[in-house]
Formats: sequence, C-alpha cells, structure tokens
Amino acid sequence: MRTAVFRPVNIRPNQVHLRFIVEMDIKHKYEAVIGLEVHAQLATESKLFCGDSVAFGAAPNTHVSPITLGHPGTLPKTNRKAVEYAIKIGLACHCEIERYNYFARKNYFYPDLPKGYQVSQHTTPICKGGYVTIKTEQGQRDILLNRIHMEEDAGKSIHDMDEAYTCVDYNRAGTALVEIVTDPVMHTADEAYQYITELRRLVRWTGICDGNMEEGSLRCDANVSIRLKGETKLGTKVEVKNLNSMRNVKKAIEYEIDRMIGIVEVGGTITQQTRSFDASNDTTFAIRDKEEANDYRYFAEPDLAPFLITDDFIQSVENALPTLPQALMQKFQQQLGLTEYDAAQLCLEKSIADYFEAVIVLTDNYKAAANWINGPVKQYLNAQKLTLEELTLTPGQLAELIKLTDDGKVNFSVASSKLMPLLIQDSTKTALGLATELNLLQVSDNGELAAWVNEVIAKMPDKVAEYKKGKKGLLGLFVGEVKKASKGKADPKVVTALLEQKLNS
Amino acid sequence: MKVDDALIDNLAHLARLEFSADEKAGLRNDLQSMIVFVEKLNELNTEGVKPLQHMSNAVNVFREDEVKGSATRQEALQNAPVADDAFFKVPKVIARQPS
Repeated sequence: MRTAVFRPVNIRPNQVHLRFIVEMDIKHKYEAVIGLEVHAQLATESKLFCGDSVAFGAAPNTHVSPITLGHPGTLPKTNRKAVEYAIKIGLACHCEIERYNYFARKNYFYPDLPKGYQVSQHTTPICKGGYVTIKTEQGQRDILLNRIHMEEDAGKSIHDMDEAYTCVDYNRAGTALVEIVTDPVMHTADEAYQYITELRRLVRWTGICDGNMEEGSLRCDANVSIRLKGETKLGTKVEVKNLNSMRNVKKAIEYEIDRMIGIVEVGGTITQQTRSFDASNDTTFAIRDKEEANDYRYFAEPDLAPFLITDDFIQSVENALPTLPQALMQKFQQQLGLTEYDAAQLCLEKSIADYFEAVIVLTDNYKAAANWINGPVKQYLNAQKLTLEELTLTPGQLAELIKLTDDGKVNFSVASSKLMPLLIQDSTKTALGLATELNLLQVSDNGELAAWVNEVIAKMPDKVAEYKKGKKGLLGLFVGEVKKASKGKADPKVVTALLEQKLNS
Repeated sequence: MKVDDALIDNLAHLARLEFSADEKAGLRNDLQSMIVFVEKLNELNTEGVKPLQHMSNAVNVFREDEVKGSATRQEALQNAPVADDAFFKVPKVIARQPS
C-alpha cells in the first residue's frame, strides 16, 4: 500500500536567456528589497545529533550511523559544541540568546532526507535579532538579522551517475548547521555582497565555520523583490538559490533586479518563484513556481530533550570570543597609529591579525610590522600558494628583520628578498646570524667605506667634474657605484654623507 | 470537525500513501471517531496549564563532540530496497533535460 511518489522538481525548461537592459533613469524609479538566508556548516568534528564524522570528501555513505539513517529505536543526542558555536556567532552578531530551546520536526519527504523530517528550531531560534555592520560607498550600515537557528543538513543527491536512478549519499545528512536570516533590509546587490563578505569573515574569525562556499560549508539564498520608491508594501519575491560564491551573490541579485524591473516596465507581473543562478552567463532561471502552500506539520521533537542556556554559559562563551575584526581595526588605528588601509588589510583574516599581534609584542615599529606582513610576507604566501598558518617564519624572526633594517645593518631590499626566504627555509636561524654568515651586513665602518668611495671618485673623473660644476643630481650615481663596489653592503646613508664631504671639499 | 474525502486525500498525499475507494471509506470512519474523541478531551478546561511538549523531564542531555558510532557502508546499505556498493538508489528526482 505504501508507495513513494517523487514529483519531478528542478525541471529546467529550454529557454532563451534575455538580458534586460534597464536605463538608469528607469532604474531609479524602483527600489529593490533583499533578504539573505545563509546556511553555515558548524566546524564541529561530529554531527549535530550523533557521532558520525563531518569531514568533507569522504567516500559515499561511510559517515553514516543508524541515527543518521533514521533507523527505528535510535536515540539522537545534541552535540554540546554545536550549541556553543551557535551562541558564539549569535554574540558576534549582537543577538539576544534564547534561554529555553527545543528542536522541532519539519515533516516532508525528499530522498536526501533519510528520516522523512528535518530537525530544526522552529519556534525557539537560539539567537534572535542582532545585526551585522557593513561598509559600502554610501557609508556604514547595520544589517538587521531576524534570527539564527540550528538545524541538521540533508544528504546529497547525484542525478547524473545512473541512467535509471538518483544516487543518494547520506554522509552530509545530520551535519550541524546554523541558518542566519536577515530582515528584508538590503537595497542593492553591493550591500548584499558586503553583508556576505562580512558574515563570512565573522564565521571564520570566530572559528564556527570554515566559510568555504565552493565546498558548501557556507551557502546563500537571496530573496529579492522590487517596488516603486516610496511604496511601503513589499513586492512579490523571488528566491534565488545556488549562490556558491560571493561574486555570484552579487551577480544574481543584479540580474534579478533588472529582470524584475524589465517585466514591470512592460506591464507584466512578477511570478513568485524559486530560481537558480547560472554562473556561466550570470543569469537566473526558474526551477519551480510557487507550489501549493507546504504543510510541514512542525511539532516538538520528542526524542531530544529541551535545553536551557544559562547566563553563566553565555558569559563563558563571550569571554572566549576573540576581539572581532571591526573592533580590532579600530584598535590598530587608534592605539598603534596605523592607517585605515593597513588595519583593514591586517584584519582580512584572523590568522594575519594574530601574527601581527605576535610580532608587535617583539617590536615597537608597528608600521614596519604592518608593511612587512602586508608586503613581502603576503607576496611570498601568494607566490607559494600557502596560508599564513603554514608560514614557518616565526614572529621572532620577523621582529629581528625589522630591527636589522631599523638599525641600518641591512637594507629593506636585502632583508626582504634575500634574508626572509632563507629564514623561512630554516626557522632555527636568526636574522642577524644569517646576515653575518652570508656577509650581507651593511658596512658603516668609515675606513672600509672611504676606500670604496675613493675608488669610485678616482674611477669617474668626468662625472666628478660635472658634479663640482653643479650637477648635484649625480650624487645618486656615485652612491649606486659605491653600493655596487661593496656588493650591496655599504650603508647608503653613511656613503652619501662621506661622498658629500669628499666631493664638496 | 467533519472528515471528508478532501481531508483524507490531503493526509494521504502528505504521508505518500495511496488508498482505494473502499479503504478511504473505512479510514474516514476511523478518523472521524478519533476526532470525536479528541474533541471530547478538548472540552476540559486547560486554562493556565502549559502544553506538555516532552514526556520526560530531562533537560540538557548533551553529548561531547566526538567521532564515534558510524556503521560500515555494507551495514548501512543492507536494508535499502535498491543500492549498489556505494549509494542508496531512489527513483529519478530530476527529469532529464531534453537534448
């Protein structure tokens, strides 16, 4: 009697993509209203309700337990770390934390959902309200959040592997997610782009999610509608899915706004739809029209005990929260005197900011530390395709490099192009030791320098004569020649002084 | 509340079940008597009584974040109606794109 009926969805009709070219003055009559729903996979070791690994890329159906597969008689148990992580991102987004939490079942059938229901937080999202501060060309703005709730992920369906069947891999089923939902408060694709960029930085900064959009650890759906400026009622919305990069979030919303204005301008009506983004041509296409209202029959999950979050627990999570990137940027500018640009570059990633903070414990030259990290260190990492975590140059070695250049013992170019790569190869060496060993220390001993200076002056009588007649610009040439004669070891400051003294006497 | 065919059909659809006309008639009667029973319970004044959401008084039953308890793939797949040596297989969910 029991039959499984799978309705075909995701049908993509053959269609011609039309780009709607909307004139700017027409565009200005309208206002877009955008809300984003972001699913972030929590960086736990195990799933939300059982001990299966959540590691990405495992062989299909090897991270599955009877609980994941929804076998009868199994009893799920909530992962404490997942609750802690949900609170962590909630605090980072200034949310109010719900004290009394329980999970609910959201009932529907789909092959990637092994139990026939998804365990989610329907009535009591763990975080309520809150905001994420973004910066656009128009200035700074707080994007209001509606809620952050915990839920379990579904499995993966593979449609093109078998002629007759859809293949299902349940490794991902039951993985802990938080869904972060904004209010419909954004008005441009750029705001949405800045929001997802900042949110990604926050989940990575707090360590609750690796933020990898390509692997699906961070997934974004956009709800978009348009209305005439001044109108307060929301227009018919379209939900765009499959936005697996920050760029795609922006491109999809740009396309969708133009598409909607194009329809309304010729007297058409917007259909409530779910659409998908096609990254090959930056367009969206309909995957389904609004079906009959879904009836999910939510009810409290009887297999999972409710949980109470105490003030003490929230306080302990808050105490462990690192200084957040925007606050840290402020601190770098106000306390260390860095420029906004330098501070922003250092705060792109927590690992970079941490490294900088480790270096400035060992040097007072904050500006030099910032320049080194934002300059040669990043160039080296980019060229070698390494992350900062993989960098073997210790903060102590970098502080020594800064001291060597500050003391005039090595010039910056030798320090960054010769010493740094060698120190990276051998983390037991000190910068001074290596410079000495390789004979790279600048010579500021007057006797030795005077010999090189005399040699150069003797070698170029014509130029010396020109200089004496007033062609003072030649000084640079002499300094360069002395550096050459010294194989780069002559301290240019002392050389310049010596040359001036000799040539002007 | 009156149980009619439309309600039966909707519930059957939500549960992915199919019934013959005879079966539906029987179900309609059974369901109607259940609803009468619950409506009887509803007569009780429960003003001020909190809804009972969980049968147990247990709260905060957590587990630590440790990897353990997975089945082998062979065990996982052994009860599947259709499977190969790696995947569960289900009827096609997505229609093929016309080529």
